Amino acid sequence: MSSPAPGPYAKTAAPEGDAPKRAEWPLWEIFIRGQHGLSHRHVGSLHAPDAEKAILNARDVYTRRNEGVSIWVVESAAIAASSPDEKGPLYEPANDKVYRHPTFFDIPDDVGAM
Amino acid sequence: MYAQMIRSEATQDDPERLAAFQARIDAGEKIEPKEWMPEGYRKTLIRQIGQHAHSEIVGQLPEGNWITRAPTLERKAILLAKVQDEAGHGLYLYCAAETLGVSRDELFEMLNSGKMKYSSIFNYPTLTWADMGAVGWLVDGAAIMNQVPLQRTSYGPYARAMVRICKEESFHQRQGFDIMMKMANGTPAQKRMAQDALDRFWYPSLMMFGPSDKDSVHSAQSMAWKIKMNTNDELRQKFVDQTVPQAEYLGLTVPDDTLAWNAEKGGYDFAQPDWDEFYDVLKGNGPCNADRLEARRTAWDEGAWVREGMLAHAEKKRAARMAAE
Ligand SMILES: [Fe+2]
Ligand SMILES: [Fe+2]
Repeated sequence: MSSPAPGPYAKTAAPEGDAPKRAEWPLWEIFIRGQHGLSHRHVGSLHAPDAEKAILNARDVYTRRNEGVSIWVVESAAIAASSPDEKGPLYEPANDKVYRHPTFFDIPDDVGAM
Repeated sequence: MYAQMIRSEATQDDPERLAAFQARIDAGEKIEPKEWMPEGYRKTLIRQIGQHAHSEIVGQLPEGNWITRAPTLERKAILLAKVQDEAGHGLYLYCAAETLGVSRDELFEMLNSGKMKYSSIFNYPTLTWADMGAVGWLVDGAAIMNQVPLQRTSYGPYARAMVRICKEESFHQRQGFDIMMKMANGTPAQKRMAQDALDRFWYPSLMMFGPSDKDSVHSAQSMAWKIKMNTNDELRQKFVDQTVPQAEYLGLTVPDDTLAWNAEKGGYDFAQPDWDEFYDVLKGNGPCNADRLEARRTAWDEGAWVREGMLAHAEKKRAARMAAE
């Protein structure tokens, strides 16, 4: 297996012509935990100069309707992602282990709830 | 729509890969960032999502026009929240576009230089408070028609952005209709204002769906790729069928003498908007094109020192933290 690819997205193409690219605020991935005790969930991304502002921006962009009680932010460039081409080899081993699912076992109704 | 007349890009990829890609789409699979996709699919999506995002951003201007003049504090707070949502919609969409290998600043620059378009509807002025009602009811209503099916579009990040947007849109349309109800049931002068707003926004709203594309090759390619879910005519018909009874409920008259229920097709017959006017607005000759672009450019230029200053501050803090470690 090749080493994980940096970043969750395709690399941004250089702008047309040879105009130098002006510094842009980095991209951050935003994770939010809702009220009901579930894990933080990826909701999208946004630009911010630093982590602190990323959290403030995330509050405005992703929680205008009480969607969350906790925000995590991480720079997109810091994420390592599995390669889409390895979808097969990476997940195939799980396919022949059906006994990992409870429905694999036939338990007589008389046993009651299990 | 918020994205009008999107040309699809020709694609010169290996036919076998193309077929496998099409099979994934036909099977209802989502295409995700970094997965292989035809160059034409990627470019058409950037154009479409970018134009959609620009429309959300420029769309703040005609409504922003009335925030300081809303008739009550409550209406002002509601309008402010609605306009803030539109900024959010723009941001959701820019971040979906960015997963395709274009940056947000590049998209902004293409908007500011006129290389990319936004919806024709936002080039019309908002002259009275009743226009806030008409915009929410008709413009957001038309947008919903197109955004609801796009929740099933084939590109994962675009579909997910649409899900978030659709959750917020019905507030927009309802607050608009609520304004229309107030005006239509108000004094005779208020009712005249409501009618005038409907008169001015009816045809521009029908234009939002774009000219008939039943014979367009671009449209056929986009539909095969599931980045366009319905023809323009289908959506326009649906919009008219939904909106005419609402106008009747308000006691207002849709400005179309030819409007008539057609029992055979189970929908209304209605007059087409003036498509010459539409093309003219797209070319930049609408009543507000120059104003809108000017407002965007000014905001971008005058915000430059903030963007640069915040970046410099963040770098300074980072350096100080490194030095302390
Ligand atoms: Fe919107
Ligand atoms: Fe809206």
